[in-house]
Amino acid sequence: MAVSAAEGIDIRPLNLAAMVREASITALVVFALAIGLVGFETLDVPGGVAIRTRFADVAVVMALAFVGRIALILLREHRPRPVLIVAPILTAIMLVLLLSETIFGSESGAALKRFMPFHDPVVLWGVVAVTVILAVRAAYAQTHVSSSLTLEERDARMDRIGAGVQRAARLLGPLLLGAAIVLPFMPFADRRVLDIGVLVLMYVMLGWGLNIVVGLAGLLDLGYVAFYAVGAYSFALLATQFDVSFWVALPFAGLMAGTAGVLLGFPVLRLRGDYLAIVTLGFGEMIRVILLNWYSFTGGPDGVSGIPRPSFFGLAEFSRSVPDGTAFHEMFGLEYASIHRIIFLFYLILAMALVVNVFTMRIRKLPIGRAWEALREDETACRSLGINPRNTKLTAFGIGAMFAGFAGSFFATRQGFISPESFTFIESAVILAIVVLGGFGSQIGVVIAAVVLIGLPEFFRDLQQYRMLAFGMAMVLIMLWRPAGLLAHREPTLRLFGRDKKPETNS
Amino acid sequence: MQNSFAYFLDQLINGLTLGSIYGLIAIGYTMVYGIIGMINFAHGEIFMIGAFVSIITFLLLGMAGVTWVPLALIIVLVVAMTLTAIYGWTLERVAYRPLRRSPRLAALITAIGMSIFLQNYVQLLQSARNKPMQPVVSGGVQVFEQQGYVVSLSFMQMIIIVLTVLLMIIFTTVIVRTTLGRAQRACEQDRDMAALIGVNVDRTISLTFVMGAALASVAGLMFLLYYGVIDFYIGFLAGIKAFTAAVLGGIGSLPGAMLGGILIGLIEAFWSGYFTVEYKDVAAFSILVLVLIFRPTGLLGKPDIEKV
Amino acid sequence: MSAADSFAAPVAEVPGGGQTLLTVEHLTMRFGGLVAIDDVSFLGADGRITAIIGPNGAGKTTLFNCLTGFYKPTVGRLTLHHPEGEFLLERLEGYRTAQKASVARTFQNIRLFPRMTVLENLIVAQHNKLMRASGFTAAGLFGLKVYRDAEAKAVDLARYWLDHTKLTEKADVEAGNLPYGDQRRLEIARAMCTEPVLLCLDEPAAGLNPRESHDLNDLLRYIRNEHKIGILLIEHDMSVVMEISDHIIVLDYGRKISDGTPKAVRNDPAVIRAYLGQEEHEELPPEIMAGADNAGRSPDDA
Repeated sequence: MAVSAAEGIDIRPLNLAAMVREASITALVVFALAIGLVGFETLDVPGGVAIRTRFADVAVVMALAFVGRIALILLREHRPRPVLIVAPILTAIMLVLLLSETIFGSESGAALKRFMPFHDPVVLWGVVAVTVILAVRAAYAQTHVSSSLTLEERDARMDRIGAGVQRAARLLGPLLLGAAIVLPFMPFADRRVLDIGVLVLMYVMLGWGLNIVVGLAGLLDLGYVAFYAVGAYSFALLATQFDVSFWVALPFAGLMAGTAGVLLGFPVLRLRGDYLAIVTLGFGEMIRVILLNWYSFTGGPDGVSGIPRPSFFGLAEFSRSVPDGTAFHEMFGLEYASIHRIIFLFYLILAMALVVNVFTMRIRKLPIGRAWEALREDETACRSLGINPRNTKLTAFGIGAMFAGFAGSFFATRQGFISPESFTFIESAVILAIVVLGGFGSQIGVVIAAVVLIGLPEFFRDLQQYRMLAFGMAMVLIMLWRPAGLLAHREPTLRLFGRDKKPETNS
Repeated sequence: MQNSFAYFLDQLINGLTLGSIYGLIAIGYTMVYGIIGMINFAHGEIFMIGAFVSIITFLLLGMAGVTWVPLALIIVLVVAMTLTAIYGWTLERVAYRPLRRSPRLAALITAIGMSIFLQNYVQLLQSARNKPMQPVVSGGVQVFEQQGYVVSLSFMQMIIIVLTVLLMIIFTTVIVRTTLGRAQRACEQDRDMAALIGVNVDRTISLTFVMGAALASVAGLMFLLYYGVIDFYIGFLAGIKAFTAAVLGGIGSLPGAMLGGILIGLIEAFWSGYFTVEYKDVAAFSILVLVLIFRPTGLLGKPDIEKV
Repeated sequence: MSAADSFAAPVAEVPGGGQTLLTVEHLTMRFGGLVAIDDVSFLGADGRITAIIGPNGAGKTTLFNCLTGFYKPTVGRLTLHHPEGEFLLERLEGYRTAQKASVARTFQNIRLFPRMTVLENLIVAQHNKLMRASGFTAAGLFGLKVYRDAEAKAVDLARYWLDHTKLTEKADVEAGNLPYGDQRRLEIARAMCTEPVLLCLDEPAAGLNPRESHDLNDLLRYIRNEHKIGILLIEHDMSVVMEISDHIIVLDYGRKISDGTPKAVRNDPAVIRAYLGQEEHEELPPEIMAGADNAGRSPDDA
């Protein structure tokens, strides 16, 4: 039975003037924020920069801020009903505008579209999302005593969901793996689908690798892509300069990246976590600068091309005809098809990602893994127990870097060409966003996040330009909503009693 | 030519100008770190927003026919400081305040998320292209000549250095003399205790962000004047270098931030002048790592005694 | 592990008896101009409980931090007479004090690993032993029997301490979710899981109710009698101090003002002066003597 909102809490009389004043201040702040960068657009014209105004957008943003603030005040003052009525109406109006062409046909639809407050539908979708959230909160407030959960309640709930997802993952994991294994043989699995699959799996592997560093050891690595770059270039240069094959160069590339991680981590890991974050951020950029400028060694902006493709475990090559060796299709008596190589790459990255996963699952239950988590929780206590903080962190950092190096080699051999452009800070940010969205330490969360963050934008190309904006915003919102990470849930590494026997929880 | 004193002097002037810009940004890092103990990763973006607001204001003034340079400069300075300060305030209010008692990692990730967000926000609104601007102030005075190598101090450089010195004086007075400065120092020492004795902690922290952002916007304006071109990405490298400056000077120390900024500016100028210009960013970064290895408290920082 | 015999203090009797385990000589700790500990020397015995008391700011926790490797003393020698040889504690940096010299400690404001379970907290405490058993991870990764046996033994030890701290039922609960008193005991159990020769407890009774405080006394006696290790104890609760200590050292403003058996210290005029600022009282004042009721302290404030 739903409890009326009026019960049990005292509802203050609504002070309209104060409400309008508060909302006006918000609108004013939004005006100050928007007038410069939204209100005026710098246009590139020959010989300099010109300016165009966008005052309508500023006005709309202000109006939205005003209305939104009023809605929040009403929710805060336990008067959700007006919000419950207005928010769905606004949502409906905007949806009609957004989908006008589909609903009314292209002509009248286009006419309606002129009423759209923003010309960019993506922004409007964002507004729709906000009104939907407001409506949901209002509905919640209508049926519950409080309009929102406290941080602890939310944390406990999300933890249960996270636990549920992880339990489901024990069933879902093998299913997903099975699906991945049969994917290349599905009728719809054309080259494009497989390419996206390979891409997603690369980010799954990188996410799992970074999860060791960020999720388990609690070290914020903002230059993860640097180790990826070290791996890729080590591999590319070995393969092109010294004719070393993929299978020999792969471990070496991982080793190089791991060494780079240890060398960088050594001076910094004894300091507070913030320093590590900024040093890795700087390191990522420096590696890029060096790759860009050390022309004789790395090819500078031209990069390294002609990187050999991986062979079938050194036994056969994936080409139509191999002058001095075996071709894959001949070896198995198949028709030649260029997709064979892609399928092989798909399985290769699947196997590599799985290695990282199995490694992480195992190491969590070993002393070193427990020490990582303990360090994340309390470094001082760790020292009092005789745990060497620096070396312990260094192993996490080095192992994370090594896996990035492996992934980098795969990237190099898949592309056949690498240049510094592939290793910008944005890549690090994307990988971090995957880990944050997935929930620190959650293996299945990383998979879900990689599919959402990498897979979806690949299918919806016109969202590309908003991708990083959304990632940045998502990182902030998730941390505000649940600092532990969206789907984070920690399963104990060992239990005295079985999982099912629940001794009393006295708290 | 590289051996001449004139060349050296030229680099010195360049370095001091550059150092003023880094120093002004570094103050924002060091103040925020002092008061809430976190690196405000989005501070470089605040600097970039300051530069964008400046260029837009300049263009508007040009259209409005304000051609008297001193007046234009003052208007731009005031507009940029005001609007950017509001960005700083909003940043703290929206993203950092709710997380003040959360695990460090959460706050750091929020900061980096804000940085990514602001960078792409400006890119989407103002496009990713370079934004060039005609020089506003030209000319200068010749200070030295040696074998035909003329060293001059441009009016622009003078403005930058004088403005920095002026701001530093105002700023130091605020910190040392006013109630706000006292409240800030109290919050640095012990936030809960400060709140107990009646310091409005929220407001003090907000004002810290406002001041840091205002100074960063001045740095953004100077950057625009000095280089004559900006883009949405300038905050990234400038941010890392200014942070290096703050660490070099001793994080938490205001004179240290300025000193560190000047040193980083000089190192960058001399490195570019005598070695290779390509690796100047690597130089700044190497200094960061070296300082962290050998003197993590920086030049003027206080040793950090761990409370157990 | 260098021998300190050239500098060995004249063999003195430890007040309260027992074999000397710890020799503190001329310990001084300065922070800038502030002298937190000023030329303090004392002996601590094996199989005995040595209490360190004194008003707030007397330098007790600083002393612990010097002993356990968190601070490097400005001056002084701290010798631990470990069964395997002598350790100069002032030369051991940070974590090595616990790792090499087997000195364990607890903290004034409890420092557990809150999101790990009680059992995991106790297993992490046995890190170094388990690291060796796991062949520094290699053997563990492949699930070798050597490691599995070592882990089972570690769980047995954890179980032993869980039983003795009455936490067995809560073994799989997150440490951060335990009630305050349980957290205090868990921290002691965790310290004991490192199998120390010297256990340093920083205000273990702070915030406990009388019953918990009484249980704590029993636990500390049990550790002393059954495990024969030395215990250093910082405590404000005089009911605990007077009841269980064999030897008391009193600090005031960083100086040692008294050192002896509980009876001797109780009657030492210097101690009374330090606590009361006057000389008339023969005994310690009632609020110090009978701290058992913990007047004015709620179990939750810490």
